[in-house]
Amino acid sequence: MAGPDLSALPEILESRPADPSELLPLLTMIQGRWRHLPQEALRAVAARLSLPLARVFAVASFYRSLSFQPKGERLVQVCCGTACHLKGARAVAASLEKSLAVRMGATREDGRVTLESVNCVGACALAPVVMLDGTVHGKVSGPGAAGLRL
Amino acid sequence: MRLGSTDDLRALRRELAARPGPKRRLWVCGGPGCLASGAQEVFRAVEEACRAQGLGGASGLRADLSGCLGLCERGPLAEVEPEGWLYGGLRPEDAGELVSETLIGGRFVERLAADPGCREKDSSPFYLPQKRHVMARFGRARPGSLEDYLATGGYGALELALSELGPEETFRRVERSGLRGRGGGGFPAGRKWRALKESGGGTRYLIANGDEGDPGAFMNRALMEGDPLSVIEGMTLGAYALGAGRGFIYVRHEYPLSVERLRAAAAAAEGAGLLGADILGRGFDFRLAIVEGGGAFVCGESTALTASIEGREGQPRVKYVRTTEAGLWERPTLLQNVESWANVPQIVANGPEWFRRTGSEANPGTKVFSLVGKVRRTGLVEVPLGTTVGALVNGAGGGVPRGRSFKAVQSGGPSGGCLPESALDLPLDFDALAEAGAMMGSGGLIVMDDLSCLVDTARYFTGFLCEESCGKCAPCREGLPALRDVLTDLTEGRGRPGDSAFLESQARLLAATALCGLGKSAANPVLSTLRHFREEYMEHEEGYCRAGRCRGMYLPEVDGDLCRACGACQKACPASAIEGERKEKRRVLPERCETCGACLAACPFEAVKARRPKKGAPDARRA
Ligand SMILES: Cc1cc2nc3c(=O)[nH]c(=O)nc-3n(C[C@H](O)[C@H](O)[C@H](O)COP(=O)(O)O)c2cc1C
Ligand code: FES
Repeated sequence: MAGPDLSALPEILESRPADPSELLPLLTMIQGRWRHLPQEALRAVAARLSLPLARVFAVASFYRSLSFQPKGERLVQVCCGTACHLKGARAVAASLEKSLAVRMGATREDGRVTLESVNCVGACALAPVVMLDGTVHGKVSGPGAAGLRL
Repeated sequence: MRLGSTDDLRALRRELAARPGPKRRLWVCGGPGCLASGAQEVFRAVEEACRAQGLGGASGLRADLSGCLGLCERGPLAEVEPEGWLYGGLRPEDAGELVSETLIGGRFVERLAADPGCREKDSSPFYLPQKRHVMARFGRARPGSLEDYLATGGYGALELALSELGPEETFRRVERSGLRGRGGGGFPAGRKWRALKESGGGTRYLIANGDEGDPGAFMNRALMEGDPLSVIEGMTLGAYALGAGRGFIYVRHEYPLSVERLRAAAAAAEGAGLLGADILGRGFDFRLAIVEGGGAFVCGESTALTASIEGREGQPRVKYVRTTEAGLWERPTLLQNVESWANVPQIVANGPEWFRRTGSEANPGTKVFSLVGKVRRTGLVEVPLGTTVGALVNGAGGGVPRGRSFKAVQSGGPSGGCLPESALDLPLDFDALAEAGAMMGSGGLIVMDDLSCLVDTARYFTGFLCEESCGKCAPCREGLPALRDVLTDLTEGRGRPGDSAFLESQARLLAATALCGLGKSAANPVLSTLRHFREEYMEHEEGYCRAGRCRGMYLPEVDGDLCRACGACQKACPASAIEGERKEKRRVLPERCETCGACLAACPFEAVKARRPKKGAPDARRA
């Protein structure tokens, strides 16, 4: 399989100053563009910021928002924050696992969808909450969550 | 429009404040909760309806998106200015009526009342105990609009500081106000400000902590999105008073809208000469950057946060030296929570005596709480510190829903604690909560009812912290999973006598030996639930969960005296384990029951009880 098309990478790298403090912002942008961190991009970031590759990998593996494996085209995040936990997040997660045919924390084989948990998205008053591609849906009921069919 | 002097600023503020406001305005809530329940669609429909009716500039009638109006649970909300009416549960279909009846006609639409029986927002019990200082602009100014900010008193503090007070008196006002940090510990802000002031010369940094990692808390999000300029003005005042040239606002990864609003607000302030180089022509520079986190809870901790800004993993270090001496890039750094910063402009503008008039002697001012979980009215409330827990839970929140009973309230996030019913009389302040074994944290209050299991709650928080521990120190890396495993056993029917005692000793060891604040406080959920709810732990050791939450550890039983034969439990049961004809009291068939808890939650009369399982009853140990 050919690697992803990284022709947009130089532009991303040059959009920020070549300073070590730009590491996380750059990785975040790369994650946003390719839904994961391609190895080649990590090398390019290390070169751009004059940082050891090990440090780039260390940061890349530390933050939950970054991943080495490609995420699905659609991202479904079940809030497992305290308020949502109390109001049945586990049942919501179980019903989504069933209706989307993918386990929590995994990407479906066809690459169409990733299902994962998130610790609170700040809409706790509407628990339980599911975030679909960054848009928050409040008061999803267990079986009702299946309505978010993909 | 670049303001070249404090006189320019004064003139503009006067002009904007004197400009007549709209005759009537519909504020559609754009807070985090309402956005999640479809406020954007409602707002679009309202705008559409306004256009259809030809409303615009000259009519004096308009609609705008506001900051969080508070009563999220009834959202999407809208407030009518000047009448102060509050609507809730709005749908795009209501837009036509909102515009023709209310905006144009000036009539209240009863059917859309947010809190039935209460027309005016301020007459609802939800708002009665509140005093909105930090949230004052929500529903008065468009979020992030510099014009509205200036028209509602914004930048009055900076004007006063630059033209009259000078750096020393600006600092003194904050010091004398007694402001305590709103991000968790309640450390006196003045002490940190003094330490920074007295640190060696050279570069100094300011940071606003907008990481808001505590699940169940969203007041910082509402603030950054609803009134970003108050945080920015607060930091600018700090920069002026303390001689700091650069600042950072560190925002949680999950809050992209906060980042967007803060960036836009900072750009507007910079364009007006209120931020950046040569502020108001006074030769004073303050450059501010908005930094997005990477989704790691521990990055809310001060040393992890600075590491993250520097572009490293967010690992805490041992604090041999204070951040105010060596923080960001080893330079003196002042870190405050965003709500702490948002209090600064009001303190500088109105003086420390004004600030101290609210709250109590040792805990002055207000605090924003997020009231969530099992209460009837959930949302954001801002009250004077020292307001009782009960005034929030039962007053503003309206108590637990539908005849269930109150069991506990959890405060302080994952490293906070659970408090029992006796805590309802407790004043909400930093000291009282800490004494009771909980913590203020960032202000999340999560209410639990009799169907919430405290052992499960301790397992939940411990599991959360296990995942978020950075793994640097052994007590946290090894100790937390040990606690979690025992708690998991207890909640899955594998409890053994002595588990509670083991948990207690391990939790104490963890608290005594961990490196950073995360590990030091990670034992709190276990210790506080053991302290106040030990009985439930003992029952779990014997395989019984009285809350009916832990699977296989109870048996639902219909209490014939309480059952009114409504059939709600039967309808809710996914396993057809409840029998009984119409008008008949229902019975549970134990051999079919999967102990999912649906019947317990469904019964409106609390007639389904979680009984101790008999030997051989449905039991997780079987599996
Ligand atoms: C694990 C951990 C997480 C924290 N998370 C936050 C947070 O999300 N927001 C925050 O303001 N403070 C957080 N704190 C507290 C900060 O370290 C720091 O005390 C605070 O930001 C100082 O600001 P304040 O004095 O204005 O409260 C956290 C502390 C620890 C140990
Ligand atoms: S706990 Fe789920 S949104 Fe906060």
